Amino acid sequence: MAEAASTPSKSRDLDKLLLRPGNLVDPNFEPGTELRLALQEQVKVLVVGAGGLGCELLKDLALSGFKNLEVIDMDRIEVTNLNRQFLFRLEDVGKPKAEVAAKRVMERVKGVNIVPHFCRIEEKDNEFYSDFHIIALGLDSIEARSYINAVACSFLEYDSDDNPREETATPMVDGGTEGFKGHARVIKPGFTPCFECTIWLFPPQVKFPLCTLAETPRNAPHCIEYAHLIKWNEVHGGKAFDPDNSDHMKWVYDEAVKRAELFGIPGVTYSLTQGVVKNIIPAIASTNAIISAACALETLKIVSGCSKTLSNYLTYNGVEGLHTKVTEFVRDKDCLVCGPGVLVELDTTVTLQKFIDMLEEHPKLLMSKASIRYRGKNLYMQAPPVLEEMTRSNLSLPLYDLMDKVPKDILHATGTINKDNKKSSGLRKLRVVFKGIDGVTDMDMAGGA
Amino acid sequence: MAEPKTKYDRQLRIWGEQGQAALEKASICLLNCGPTGSETLKNLVLGGVGSITIVDGSKVEPGDLGNNFMVDESSLEQSKAKCVCSFLQELNDAVKAKFIEEYPEALINTNPSFFSQFTLVVATQLVEESMVKLDRICREANVMLIFARSYGLTGLVRISVKEHTVIESKPDHFLDDLRLNNPWPELREFAEAIDLNVQDPVAHKHIPYVVILVNMADEWRKSHGGTLPSTREEKREFKELLKARMVSMDEDNYKEAIDASFKLFATPGIGSDLLQIINDSCAEVGSSSSDFWVMVAALKEFIANEGGREAPLEGSIPDMTSSTEHYVNLQKLYQAKSEADFLVIEQRVRNILKKIGKDPDSITKATIKSFCKNARKLKVCRYRPVEDEYNNPSLPELQKYLTDEDYRSISIDCCQEKHLVSIAVGFYILLRAVDRYAANFNSFPGQFDGGMDEDISRLKTTAVSLLNDLGCNGLTLTEDLINEMCRFGAAELHAVAAIIGGIASQEVIKLITKQFVPLSGTYIFNGIDQKSQLLTLY
Repeated sequence: MAEAASTPSKSRDLDKLLLRPGNLVDPNFEPGTELRLALQEQVKVLVVGAGGLGCELLKDLALSGFKNLEVIDMDRIEVTNLNRQFLFRLEDVGKPKAEVAAKRVMERVKGVNIVPHFCRIEEKDNEFYSDFHIIALGLDSIEARSYINAVACSFLEYDSDDNPREETATPMVDGGTEGFKGHARVIKPGFTPCFECTIWLFPPQVKFPLCTLAETPRNAPHCIEYAHLIKWNEVHGGKAFDPDNSDHMKWVYDEAVKRAELFGIPGVTYSLTQGVVKNIIPAIASTNAIISAACALETLKIVSGCSKTLSNYLTYNGVEGLHTKVTEFVRDKDCLVCGPGVLVELDTTVTLQKFIDMLEEHPKLLMSKASIRYRGKNLYMQAPPVLEEMTRSNLSLPLYDLMDKVPKDILHATGTINKDNKKSSGLRKLRVVFKGIDGVTDMDMAGGA
Repeated sequence: MAEPKTKYDRQLRIWGEQGQAALEKASICLLNCGPTGSETLKNLVLGGVGSITIVDGSKVEPGDLGNNFMVDESSLEQSKAKCVCSFLQELNDAVKAKFIEEYPEALINTNPSFFSQFTLVVATQLVEESMVKLDRICREANVMLIFARSYGLTGLVRISVKEHTVIESKPDHFLDDLRLNNPWPELREFAEAIDLNVQDPVAHKHIPYVVILVNMADEWRKSHGGTLPSTREEKREFKELLKARMVSMDEDNYKEAIDASFKLFATPGIGSDLLQIINDSCAEVGSSSSDFWVMVAALKEFIANEGGREAPLEGSIPDMTSSTEHYVNLQKLYQAKSEADFLVIEQRVRNILKKIGKDPDSITKATIKSFCKNARKLKVCRYRPVEDEYNNPSLPELQKYLTDEDYRSISIDCCQEKHLVSIAVGFYILLRAVDRYAANFNSFPGQFDGGMDEDISRLKTTAVSLLNDLGCNGLTLTEDLINEMCRFGAAELHAVAAIIGGIASQEVIKLITKQFVPLSGTYIFNGIDQKSQLLTLY
């Protein structure tokens, strides 16, 4: 430590936390230069999204002791990004965000390596994602969060007592903002609620009923959505509406103005038209900076153990004064994404029909008329009749074969659940383990892929 | 060059052209451009603030490269203010950026008039003594001031302004102003002209709920001696009456009427927040009164006279199930009343201006109109001088925070008993204690390696004497927290600085645009478990 003090170090401030023992720290915290080195050389962090949050995250992580970063984003830079996505300049408009962001941070912070991926998140396979110690999400859509969440949760394994195996959990930090408000959260699959456990935090977007748009428009957005969703198709037939095409947007605006005039409705402007059609969420630099930095700080603490961590959801609201709140949400034990699912042990000879019959008797399931899906593929569907007929031949085949002879994996079953003499339809996650297969002993019957 | 409007589109949707114009007129001074200061300005430069002036006398050291994005290898040993200034300029060439290579403490001590040229000063990483001096200077010169400090895993943000008044406070949720229980004659006439018993089912399900409630309220009054439902039982009964009027189960307008019936049950007249504002002594206006208070004086007269205990009508109505015709007409009705109220207030404003010897046209129509539309949402924020808070903190408040159940997370010893107290309040005390420590020992506890045990015991003694001076006798902070504070050793971590700087810049925007409501009191950041806390020690 004396050495660290005498040589001028770029890590001057960070060293106070990484090299000194602390009192309010993670039990596994081991301060020292080895820890600092591990952050620099061993830990790999993935940043998903190179937009408002992603740009900040890359900067914050690069200045928090991490040297191996990767970033994935499918978007190109637009002029409207420039009020907050500080790694981009006017001359960058049209270039891939991930590439420019990576380049700018590497130019500024020596020794940091950032690998950009200019593609959709779905284009990368699970192996790509499994390479990271922690994933930081800077996304603006629920779908993308769900997707990454599912990928990260798929790495989680459970032991035979349905306890999650900590070493298989890939933690995530997730942020989101809207105007002066935002949230930051920590997800450790199997230990804290995953994105799906608390999906209700993101209520579905309210859409206007079509009859309101067509028959009783009352305000400007109704007129705009009429032009966008109804009139466009009437006039342009098969041609798809492109929100990034300014001719298309202008057309919708003109039509919305006409409709508004017809009904005596005020307030249609070009800016509002863009806002409604593209569902623009207002965004500013300061809120993105706060939320991203909170996520980066949690990343540093989770990886190094140098302090306690957020448990597990922080909301920030700067609209009226400043209100911040930490909420400890709880896991949904039956979560289809991060939960253990129900363990089912089978012989390799069991047919799909036999398996479906077993589900009816299984004390934790009591599921009748089950339809079975495996990795997005229908193994057997009770309905509709067309699908039933197509999948019927599978019933006589061994499940082991239908699952490509994978010794343990996840299945999804939908059917009628008979509980307390009440019938309800339900979807269940099943952790299927085949007995007597190499590599699977009786003590190691963990599920997961 | 792309149209600036496009570049700023996402923020114009929040604070509009007016807010943007205010930002572009503002001149901001930053004291100390470590990561906390640099990050604050980064967010403001991106948003297009008019000008920035960076004051910092230090040179860039290797350690700065590890926590500040606005310097790089080529900056080493150069003026930090100069380097940060040039990197910030890259972000937005519309901003006028300059720097002064001087230590802020020197300016505060030798050239206090320097600060009067600015709209707002962001003072980062200042110790208590300088904060107190700068606060006096800025108050004297009527310059807005924000303190921001990052210190290990803690930090603070505090605003210091004599008075900040807000017309457009833009709250997220605010009860709309429909006057259902107090309809003006035109609204009542409009409602009466619509027959709730219309036979045509399509017409029946397109009567707006405003009309349903105004008419049903009248019906109720007739059978209840002129009063509206007030008891729980009566309210339930009223909702049952509404339900009974539905001719089919899919009548959204009736469902909306049931859901909105609480608006009918609310007490008419203005709320307590507004009452406090019109009763403020500043509402007794004179020649030195600000436009805001002149308008408040006019509002007060209006409420007592034409308004009949109500503020001017806002004039907008929420979307509701309705035929287009009814809705558009209803909207026009509300707008007309709103316009009429505005004209009355405008006249009163002009009369008051004349009376206090000002140009009666010195407040624009647009300003008065905005004031009227937002009359129920006005905000007045006043901040105590820093010196005052530090010398005379409100003890009951401090005690309350020390034991606030929501934030209790660590234990302290008090009168031989273990109590749990908030980490954030502990940090509030310790952030002051480290400054006392630095004044005595010329460095912060744990700033240099070695001698940690001595630093810890010295910080503990300092904290105890501070608590004694504050009158919190017998109260000590936990060893854990004191140890952590020493471990932090005045480190300025980038991630913490980005949070503190982000908060500071958000508050700057609120102060300059005069929109939304700035934070009150001192915000203490807790980077251990993120249970930060806003302390209002008034």
